[in-house]
Amino acid sequence: MGMSAAAQFHVLAVDDSLIDRMLIERLLKTSSFHVTTVDSAIKALQYLGMVEDKLKINVNLIITDYCMPEMTGHDLLRKIKVESNSLKDIPVVIMSSENVPSRINRCLEDGAEEFFLKPVQQSDVNKLKPHLLKSRSKEEEETQPSNNNKRKTRIKCTI
Amino acid sequence: MLGLGADLLWADMNRLLGFLFHQGVLDEHFLQLHHLQDESSPSFVSEVLNIYFHESEKLLNNLRSLLMDRDFSDYNKMAIHLNQFMGSSSSIGAKRLTTVCLAFRAATQHSNRPGCLRALEMLQHEYCYLKNKLHELFQIEQQRALAAAARYPLQNNQ
Repeated sequence: MGMSAAAQFHVLAVDDSLIDRMLIERLLKTSSFHVTTVDSAIKALQYLGMVEDKLKINVNLIITDYCMPEMTGHDLLRKIKVESNSLKDIPVVIMSSENVPSRINRCLEDGAEEFFLKPVQQSDVNKLKPHLLKSRSKEEEETQPSNNNKRKTRIKCTI
Repeated sequence: MLGLGADLLWADMNRLLGFLFHQGVLDEHFLQLHHLQDESSPSFVSEVLNIYFHESEKLLNNLRSLLMDRDFSDYNKMAIHLNQFMGSSSSIGAKRLTTVCLAFRAATQHSNRPGCLRALEMLQHEYCYLKNKLHELFQIEQQRALAAAARYPLQNNQ
């Protein structure tokens, strides 16, 4: 299992529309992401539960539609950010075809990293890598052995 | 002579595309769809459009059955189908169709049955127009690809 910078990020995409799933999957794949798609928030939670349990497949980012029957993207966001301990560090991005400022604000306040208006574009997907790199470096820090307590900052030496 | 055919077809395709953009039938998301197609996914556009046509026709049938029902009152259910249709139309760049959906949705929000019936008729008309034009576009593209391949049969053997 490689922790090199070239290792692919794994994105879980959630959308009840087949066409939108195809589009977001293609968009993400052309940006070199590894993609898993599911058609409901419930299936997303099942997948995440399965994944963090035993299988050691990492999900690095979740991108979800807002308007879905049964459980909305906002409900999913809350399940991940508020009601879960193991999942709350995974960045979540919300997509919606409706431009409702109160909805957008609510999602951002509840922990969404970004809110994309549909149709999602390449320029939106380009915004994802910084969030992923930030998560990855945080992850790497947490798995470092703890004998480096004194060295809080990395000093770059150029001779 | 075949080469000239390919060029003429290319011009035809651009003319039709330009027309559809100018008329507001399509928007830039339709082009974005094409940008997602490459060697690793060479028939992406036709796959997506075929699914779109299939889904749209189902949704239109659902809308029609709901409205034609004499005891119809479930505007919420209609709004759900409509939102789905609107979402996928917007995603593939069918701008004018999306606008008609918006008008239809307004009619459902006011429980305006005659308004809904009118909007449905307009929607069906607009959808048929779009489908025909996209098929035309696709046919020209097919012919052009064939003509270009005939002109440069060894192109892939560099």
